[in-house]
Amino acid sequence: MAVHKKNPAAGEPLLRASGLTKLFGSFTANDKIDAEIYPGELVALLGENGAGKSTFVKMLYGLLQPDEGQIYWQSQQVQITSPQQARDMGIGMVFQHFSLFETLTVAENIELALADKMSRDELASLIAERSASYGIPLTPDSLIADLSVSQRQRVEIIRCLLQNPKLLIMDEPTSVLTPQEAQQLFDVLAKLADRGCAVLFISHKLDEVRQLTERAIILRGGRKVAEKLSRSESAASLAEAMVGESIAQIERQPAPDKMQPLFQLRQAERPARGPFDVSLKGLELTAHRGEILGIAGVAGNGQSELMELLTGEWTAHSSSGQIMFNGQDISAENPAQRRHRGICFVPEERNGHAAVPDMTLAENMLLTSHHTGQGASAHLLDHDASSRAAQKVIHSFDVRLPRSQATASMLSGGNLQKFVVGREILKNPELLILSQPTWGVDIAAALFIRNALQELARNGAAVIVISQDLEEIFSISHRISVLHNGHLSQAEEATQMTSQSVGLLMGGAT
Amino acid sequence: MITLQPRQDVSWQLTMAVPIAAVIATLILGGIIFALMGYDPVSTLYEFFVKPLSRSSQIGNLLVKACPLILIATGLIFCFRANVWNIGAEGQLIFGAIGAGGVALAFPEVASKWLLVPMAVAAMLCGALWALIPAVLKVRLKTNEILVSLMLSYVASLFIDWLVRGPWRDPASFGFPLTPRFPDGGLIPTLILPVIGRLGQLHWGVMGAVFIAVLGWFVMRRTLFGYQVRVLGDAPRAGAFAGFNASATTIAVMCVSGGLAGLAGMVEVSANIGQLQPNISFGYGFTAIIVAFLARLNPLSVIIAGLVIALAELGGDAAQISIGVPKVVTGVFKGILLFLLLSGETLTRYHVTLNFSGTLSGLRRTSQGQGRADHG
Repeated sequence: MAVHKKNPAAGEPLLRASGLTKLFGSFTANDKIDAEIYPGELVALLGENGAGKSTFVKMLYGLLQPDEGQIYWQSQQVQITSPQQARDMGIGMVFQHFSLFETLTVAENIELALADKMSRDELASLIAERSASYGIPLTPDSLIADLSVSQRQRVEIIRCLLQNPKLLIMDEPTSVLTPQEAQQLFDVLAKLADRGCAVLFISHKLDEVRQLTERAIILRGGRKVAEKLSRSESAASLAEAMVGESIAQIERQPAPDKMQPLFQLRQAERPARGPFDVSLKGLELTAHRGEILGIAGVAGNGQSELMELLTGEWTAHSSSGQIMFNGQDISAENPAQRRHRGICFVPEERNGHAAVPDMTLAENMLLTSHHTGQGASAHLLDHDASSRAAQKVIHSFDVRLPRSQATASMLSGGNLQKFVVGREILKNPELLILSQPTWGVDIAAALFIRNALQELARNGAAVIVISQDLEEIFSISHRISVLHNGHLSQAEEATQMTSQSVGLLMGGAT
Repeated sequence: MITLQPRQDVSWQLTMAVPIAAVIATLILGGIIFALMGYDPVSTLYEFFVKPLSRSSQIGNLLVKACPLILIATGLIFCFRANVWNIGAEGQLIFGAIGAGGVALAFPEVASKWLLVPMAVAAMLCGALWALIPAVLKVRLKTNEILVSLMLSYVASLFIDWLVRGPWRDPASFGFPLTPRFPDGGLIPTLILPVIGRLGQLHWGVMGAVFIAVLGWFVMRRTLFGYQVRVLGDAPRAGAFAGFNASATTIAVMCVSGGLAGLAGMVEVSANIGQLQPNISFGYGFTAIIVAFLARLNPLSVIIAGLVIALAELGGDAAQISIGVPKVVTGVFKGILLFLLLSGETLTRYHVTLNFSGTLSGLRRTSQGQGRADHG
């Protein structure tokens, strides 16, 4: 990778934000943010979820209007009122969620976004030439539906590049990529910078920020708290600036001495229900008492389908294979029956799946305990028992409520996640299965949750963690399996694996 | 552009105030309508809403009118809470009346009031069975229960018409479409209150309706079944995650609601009419939808909401007789009330902000999702 050396302070800034403030009602999403971006520079915008990163770039891209402050573009004060205007000025943006028509080809999708018309042939050759020159070859007439996620991202990037931007904004671009694909993306961005295009790179992953960028603008709680030279800082010091306190590191616990199998998938299959479903094929998996088993994989490779198969929300009448727990086949059982056996679950979606948004936490306790007699006898509810159980979770897992009797939707993401994880852990499950346990959760809460999972495993339970966050997978798992296109790889000792080897499996290598 | 932002905090005082404010605003708008129609607003409103309460017998009739509304609305609340939209309570009411009437006519000589028990059972079964059709079609074939239940109401109405003109017609009815009168055992007795004595047409069915509403509240708040209904209505995926069976719940709430509508049908024919005839309901099955929403889907409030709507109905009759206000005005009142209620509910839950800058891009953004706003 070409290391980019340019003195950031030299010359006129390409873009200067001065005192940018954005209010949403009484909430200050951005509070007087000053920032400068120089031509040809790679800058990271770093911050936790909710720190105000997206709000900030949306103002630069004309999707939001600042309530206070000015934006200067090449030393001229500007008002960016629409994305169209931003593109005309030379600002391009690649979103986390792509906006491509699946049924059209690469060239057709790009043509739709172009300001000046050109002939199909001209466009096709331009696409081929540009993409090759950045080392990300694209076939102009392939259908979007046939492309992988990383290829779709390239289409988005090329679409921006054809407008010859001076500044490219990328919103969490690596969240959908394998490590190898991310590396290729970094090479492209470095080339771009070499050719004079500045890149503003939004991320919360510290290692890649240090590797790729020169400067990191760090936001916390809507304010700019620091601006650091990325390479001279350690990941820990960047994290500290991001969170505002020093971060305890988490260490992998030793694997259990004896491997006693508790839970097994045997040739479990699940056909796809619709065109956007992934079918699960021949899944083999064993979880042992006392171990944390990580299931890595890029989003969209069957994670939600796998979770439905494991919880029993999707029961097995058109699937085949066995799901064994303690020697018994439970594949036909519904979630309540599985919980009764001592298996607990935390699905990915907090609001609306793991919890009912408009119900209080006490009522939400019942969701996963109505079969046990805790908070409900066979048919009658015991509101006091539910409240006591909720209080216990709130205390043990440090759940912060905006007020007493708060409904689930009033809690912040991190606090609701601590609640739904705590609700299950306090039931002392023999097996706990979680999907994305720390997705969109602040660093402190994520550490808390990971520690709680480790303690649960130390006490003899099996824990299965489905996660797209490789750092999380490596920090707590004893063994790792990779989900790719509905297929699970043979689980291997985490100590034997590297992010390179996992990345290859995530990309489909066998 | 108008945007709705959810409010963080909705106080219970505000929640209580909305239905009351909606009723008051309806009265004011109603007064304006009367004035535009050339009536004196104050005296007409007086005829409508005060006069019916000025005589004790009228109070009894008000309770009688509210009775089927309370029964049906209590059942509908279970459906609406579960996000199942039963609009066909009218048909289920008719089938309940047919069930109860069938039992009563099968025992023409029975004088014992115990006959009311099998009549009630038959009424609830028939109402529930009629509701089961849209429920099963929804669960099995994913049909829209709003359309199916609504259309079945017309089928039910034609069916009872055929019954009383054909197989069940009283040979001694001189050709009128009427069945024979029910035996004494099949008539719900009038209720004679201590001290006050007889109060208009007041009958025991009213007590039953109040009991059912309280029971409905208990089931909704205090039982696992009620919890299941609320969870599946609020967040279906969370319901599936809890292990609740959404299809079984859909069928159960439709049966509860159909059964209670059927019971209301029995009360109508057995307490008020005493036989079957082509028209046994005055749209109670539809009016009860307004009652359920006026009660904010709470079975306890249904008692009050039922009385409010019954008063409007009764007042409409009285005003038509005394000053010639057309009866359709009652429908206008109900429409205004429902409209104000639903908008009031929306305004308690959301802030409305007007935003005139960047209207076009804003619209595009809401219609396509944020990430898609920049192309197209």
